[in-house]
Amino acid sequence: MGEIIVVTSGKGGVGKTTTTANIGTALASEGLRIILIDTDIGLRNLDVVMGLENRIVYDIVDVTNGNCRLKQALIKDKRFENLYLLPAAQTKDKSAVSPEEMEDLCRELKEDYDYIIIDCPAGIEQGFYNAIAGADQAIVVTTPEVSAVRDADRIIGLLESSDLRNPKLIINRFRPRMVRQGDMMDIEDIVDILAVDLLGVVQEDDRIIVSTNRGEPAVMNLISPAGEAYRRIARRIRGEEVPLMNLEESYGIMNRLRRFMGLC
Amino acid sequence: MLLEYINRVLGKAASSSRIHARERLRLVLVHDRAKMSPYFMNQLKEDLNNVIARYMVIDFDKFEIVLDQSDKVVELKTSVPIKKIRRDYMDRIKRSS
Repeated sequence: MGEIIVVTSGKGGVGKTTTTANIGTALASEGLRIILIDTDIGLRNLDVVMGLENRIVYDIVDVTNGNCRLKQALIKDKRFENLYLLPAAQTKDKSAVSPEEMEDLCRELKEDYDYIIIDCPAGIEQGFYNAIAGADQAIVVTTPEVSAVRDADRIIGLLESSDLRNPKLIINRFRPRMVRQGDMMDIEDIVDILAVDLLGVVQEDDRIIVSTNRGEPAVMNLISPAGEAYRRIARRIRGEEVPLMNLEESYGIMNRLRRFMGLC
Repeated sequence: MLLEYINRVLGKAASSSRIHARERLRLVLVHDRAKMSPYFMNQLKEDLNNVIARYMVIDFDKFEIVLDQSDKVVELKTSVPIKKIRRDYMDRIKRSS
């Protein structure tokens, strides 16, 4: 029996899709059966981040409308045969799927997969409620900015009133150097204010852009600090105790050089 | 400027936008969580002003009310700049009673 995790944030552009792609790929690389669902109907992107945009035949709305069977709409990943994507529809709007249809879909997928990871659209409209309808637990992604943390707080409130208690927090695009200079909120500032459990911290990493350009999640790149952070997050999701990365380390020139040479 | 730059080079926190961010976020969330609309806050402010005006003349433009939280208690904090105390308020109270 699988577990259904929704990745949400409230604010757009904080890294929900990147997080979904990376956690899913990292879990799949450990041999687990994974399915990723893009619920951002009308603005689908998970297919592009995964590099699977050319393989789409059917989408989630085709499934809920009965135009195809669920299995026909699932796209097998290029790298892992135990990883699948159910893409969003690009030409419909967010009311094309109902919360009940999402729950049925999730229940069916739960039988065959270990983790079902749902990429939620930004905002707090119907699309949000559809995405969380079938979920067992929630991950809230934020960045260390006032606007993003404020929206995360709102989302945590809405999740809790929808019976998704104890959501886990990922702080994305974290820049240790700016924190040291006193120009960015620290991890503890954000965790204290939001009063939720921290699932992980992903530092700002130029390689994320490169990996999105290529359609290859950063967890496939062994020298990407963000990729390493996501691999650790994936292990924590499985229940392992994994320490936070040493965020200070990655900024020294010597450490960069060592990492470049593959020494750490 | 130069001092700030030197402090930055030395890694000291001369700039403190982190503190600003944390404080602003904290206050915004006190209001968000209290589900208090700006309309409601303005009504409260006008009502308060009407009461206070019986005793003193205040600078309404600089009159501020804000929710704040210390420990677990949410407080209403006000800052009321006074222009002038009404000397005649005792007389008016006597007259009205």
